[in-house]
Amino acid sequence: MIAGVPTSDSFTPPGPKDFELPGLFGTEWLNKPILVSSLTVIVIIWFFWAASRKAEIVPSKLQFAGELGYNFVRNSIARDAIGSAEHMKYVPYLVALFFFILLNNVAATVPLIQFPTFSHIGWAYSAAILSWVIYNAVGIRKHGFLGYLRHQTMPAGVPGWLMPLMIPIEFISNILVRPISLSLRLFANMFAGHILLLVFVLGGEYLLLHSGSIALAGVGVVTLLMGLAIAGLELFVQMIQAYIFTVLSAQYIGSAIAEDH
Amino acid sequence: MTALEITGDIAVLGYGLAAIGPGVGVGLIFAAVINGTARQPEAQSKLQAIAWIGFGVTEVLAIIGIALAFVFRG
Repeated sequence: MIAGVPTSDSFTPPGPKDFELPGLFGTEWLNKPILVSSLTVIVIIWFFWAASRKAEIVPSKLQFAGELGYNFVRNSIARDAIGSAEHMKYVPYLVALFFFILLNNVAATVPLIQFPTFSHIGWAYSAAILSWVIYNAVGIRKHGFLGYLRHQTMPAGVPGWLMPLMIPIEFISNILVRPISLSLRLFANMFAGHILLLVFVLGGEYLLLHSGSIALAGVGVVTLLMGLAIAGLELFVQMIQAYIFTVLSAQYIGSAIAEDH
Repeated sequence: MTALEITGDIAVLGYGLAAIGPGVGVGLIFAAVINGTARQPEAQSKLQAIAWIGFGVTEVLAIIGIALAFVFRG
């Protein structure tokens, strides 16, 4: 803050402490992310069950919506990234992953929930570890353990004298950094987006009601309107992050089971 | 008259500097997509799918910056 601005009471900027939520209903473990993610799981299961329960040639509206979502993940994520020969095996995981992340992210925009589950980094870690285990496991099953390491760390067409340099770099980037970047990307987007909204809304409210000056109150109104625009941007980012997480998981699976050239 | 006093955290400046490179990178990616779409409109969906992957990979640099800003603050 800049000294010299008149303040009636001091403004505390939002920070990581705003993400420490209390337990609900008198327990310590049942907090908002657990409640919201359980709710999204129920919604996803109900949606796909209801959409596929009475499948007909001429689809109902619900069946059409379900097929639209399923086809999107199957065709434009799984088939493009893994290839038409083997992608069907991974479609169930990718559909579940995409809709779980999508609903949990978009919940951050739903009134009364307004908290992104994945802004607690443990959620992002576990989603990334699941993808990491899957792509390594399918790669090892296809190529064998040493064959898989060779496949991931020795790119074709690199001259032999570069191999001492290439193998550590490729090992670090393909095996070690991928789960970290996957989880950090999702976590930090949700975390930063939520903080950004808090800054605009809390700051606007403070300027409007507590600054004690007409000019700053006007700035507060502009800030609150800006916060509304940021909320729209965040909705976009939330969908994009669900898409990117799923696409990258599919890419990693695809590159793990690709044939050597 | 006293000098202007600004309090806060130097890590914020570090994050601002760290975000320059990914900002330029993301701009270049979408500039290439716009170019490609203008030259060959039917390739738009394919270009966009590739662009989002490239966007994710580039953006992670800025994301690492914000993570490290929280690690090294104080």
